Amino acid sequence: MAPVLEVSGLSTVFHTRAGIVRAVQDVSFSVEAGETLAIVGESGCGKTMTALSLMRLIPSPPGEITAGSVKVAGTDLLKLDEPGMRKMRGSQIAMIFQEPMTALNPLLTVGRQIAEMVSLHENVSRRAANARAVEMLHHVRIPAPERRAREYPHQMSGGMRQRAMIAMALACRPKVLIADEPTTALDVTIQAQVLDLIGDLRKELGTAVVLITHDLGVVAETADRMIVMYAGRKVEEGTTKDLFADPSHPYLQGLLASIPKFGAGEGTRLREIPGIVPALNNLPKGCAFAPRCSAAVAKCQEAIPPLETKRPGHAAACWVT
Amino acid sequence: MLLDVTDLRKTFPARTGLFGNVIDRVHAVDGVSFRIAEGRTLGLVGESGCGKSTVGRAILRLIEPSSGTIRFQGDDITNLPPKQMRALRRRMQIVFQDPYSSLNPRKRAGDIVAEPLLVHGIANAAERREMTEAIFAKVGLQPRQMGLFPHQFSGGQRQRISIARALALGPAFIVADEPVSALDVSVQAQVINLLMDLQAQDGLSYLFISHNLAVVEHVSHDVAVMYLGRIVEHTDKATIFAKPLHPYTQALMAAVPVADPSVRRDKKHVMGDVPSPIDRPKGCHFHPRCPLAQPRCRTEEPVLREVQPNHRVACHLVA
Ligand SMILES: Nc1ncnc2c1ncn2[C@@H]1O[C@H](COP(=O)(O)OP(=O)(O)OP(=O)(O)O)[C@@H](O)[C@H]1O
Ligand SMILES: Nc1ncnc2c1ncn2[C@@H]1O[C@H](COP(=O)(O)OP(=O)(O)OP(=O)(O)O)[C@@H](O)[C@H]1O
Ligand code: SF4
Ligand SMILES: [Mg+2]
Ligand SMILES: [Mg+2]
Repeated sequence: MAPVLEVSGLSTVFHTRAGIVRAVQDVSFSVEAGETLAIVGESGCGKTMTALSLMRLIPSPPGEITAGSVKVAGTDLLKLDEPGMRKMRGSQIAMIFQEPMTALNPLLTVGRQIAEMVSLHENVSRRAANARAVEMLHHVRIPAPERRAREYPHQMSGGMRQRAMIAMALACRPKVLIADEPTTALDVTIQAQVLDLIGDLRKELGTAVVLITHDLGVVAETADRMIVMYAGRKVEEGTTKDLFADPSHPYLQGLLASIPKFGAGEGTRLREIPGIVPALNNLPKGCAFAPRCSAAVAKCQEAIPPLETKRPGHAAACWVT
Repeated sequence: MLLDVTDLRKTFPARTGLFGNVIDRVHAVDGVSFRIAEGRTLGLVGESGCGKSTVGRAILRLIEPSSGTIRFQGDDITNLPPKQMRALRRRMQIVFQDPYSSLNPRKRAGDIVAEPLLVHGIANAAERREMTEAIFAKVGLQPRQMGLFPHQFSGGQRQRISIARALALGPAFIVADEPVSALDVSVQAQVINLLMDLQAQDGLSYLFISHNLAVVEHVSHDVAVMYLGRIVEHTDKATIFAKPLHPYTQALMAAVPVADPSVRRDKKHVMGDVPSPIDRPKGCHFHPRCPLAQPRCRTEEPVLREVQPNHRVACHLVA
């Protein structure tokens, strides 16, 4: 099957007084219809900037997409003018955020906002758009959707607002849904409900999902494939099962060893990754992970390791492993 | 027993009427009892707003309990006057979630850690410096970093500074309120290992508050689960993770994503939201979300009972 989303060689920088911040460097990946791809990595590694680049929502200036292509069903979004891009947002590619209030307008009822999204992309009557809004709220399992459609965002609980945002994002059946930490601010029982919902909608509508998270548990439970980012670059890629079972990159090895596991037994120590993530305006010359890496050799300080296929469907960027 | 908390309650006024009379109350903590022995860790878990932080602060009397008793090292400290309470803080301390906002940005790290010594009039300047250096080394910071300001440290290092400050007076007990929740996964491990090493060395006791069940399982000896201000299940770590009895504990555990794709299961997830702590459901607070609820659950409050030795559960259905 041809992928619906194909990102290749994407690079995004920020021009700041402290120099050029290389937030996303040469990142490539693709996602098929109905597939979930997770992007994982620590705070500041460029996950959100990757997502905003796909949506062409990078604030510019200071930001700038300097290279790459983002193809949705064959169309390169980076070549579109702004009106052309506006037509794509919502109908072809949509995004949900950690904080629903960044997407929802506090002054409009939830139903009205969803209906407006529908009217923007489809030639339908006001009544049909309103009906679609209610249908979408029902679809994301909001009880009493007719009544809820008339409520304002602040009248809803956090979990309910997250659902409403998902309803709005999916109202025009986009081919690609980007979910940036959609459950990080939610309680675990609500997180489970929202993740179930995204999974079900993906199956029903065949949406390709890009799920951004730093929670490896969420990745393990929801993603078919994953990419690992470190300091703005993709450092490893593969199926979720394969990467958890046999990670190649020392960074992913370290991450997996540093999280507590159930039933590990009394007094076991967690493995630590020493040091901290480097600043993106002052990256080391070689592998960005080298200063923290226990496997590093001289070459690692010298040159950036290329992404290499380690096994079929599994690639990593490391000189050693 | 190092700490013995009985029937602790704390309400906050939620809404006041025209004449300053309180109309609604938030029942933040509603009759919580537990004990913590020397060298042990009690993990306190539950979802946002269930009252975990309020419990932690009330035991240290950082907020005044509405009722209940707190005994620390045998003494009833519930009504200790402020001056004596301040002296007692040498032995009980707190570490907060946010290492960014809990440190004064204009103070040097060394001064932040030495401040409790200064406040309590311990030692002279030279001795204090020596003690601070020792604490720095103990939490894995370089003594030469004492002159730096908080923003010059990473998140994990800042959390080490908060822990160092809490350790300065040689406490016996620390409330750790979400101490690793704001940290990156690769850094979390550093702080968890540090807390466990300190316990092994000095016999510290912890009340470890977290919503991350995997972390709680890793650090705790016993675990108490809270829902809307009450403990609904409380037993040793192995039992609660192997055989949770309360439907809420079971729901919580089923909801936690497990970082192992080979055990991906089709799980039934509990529906609905956590109700408001102002207007709580009658009967069992969990009944509107409980898959097992019976008519009795809607009217009658289940009490926390010992159903097996050292295993307490508040549910009508657990025999
Ligand atoms: N407006 C800006 N100016 C300069 N640098 C920026 C700007 N916005 C983002 N950055 C930098 O881009 C990098 C990538 O940020 P991004 O938000 O993508 O991280 P992230 O992986 O989403 O992290 P988190 O998990 O914390 O959300 C960061 O180092 C950040 O400091
Ligand atoms: N000073 C206050 N005034 C009014 N209500 C308060 C106050 N402090 C806490 N509450 C309320 O008491 C309840 C318990 O709050 P608490 O902070 O103890 O929860 P928690 O379990 O620590 O939650 P979280 O996981 O979000 O930190 C909440 O409903 C909260 O809104
Ligand atoms: S008492 Fe009833 S409602 Fe409450 S947890 Fe037990 S079965 Fe569920
Ligand atoms: Mg982000
Ligand atoms: Mg709290």
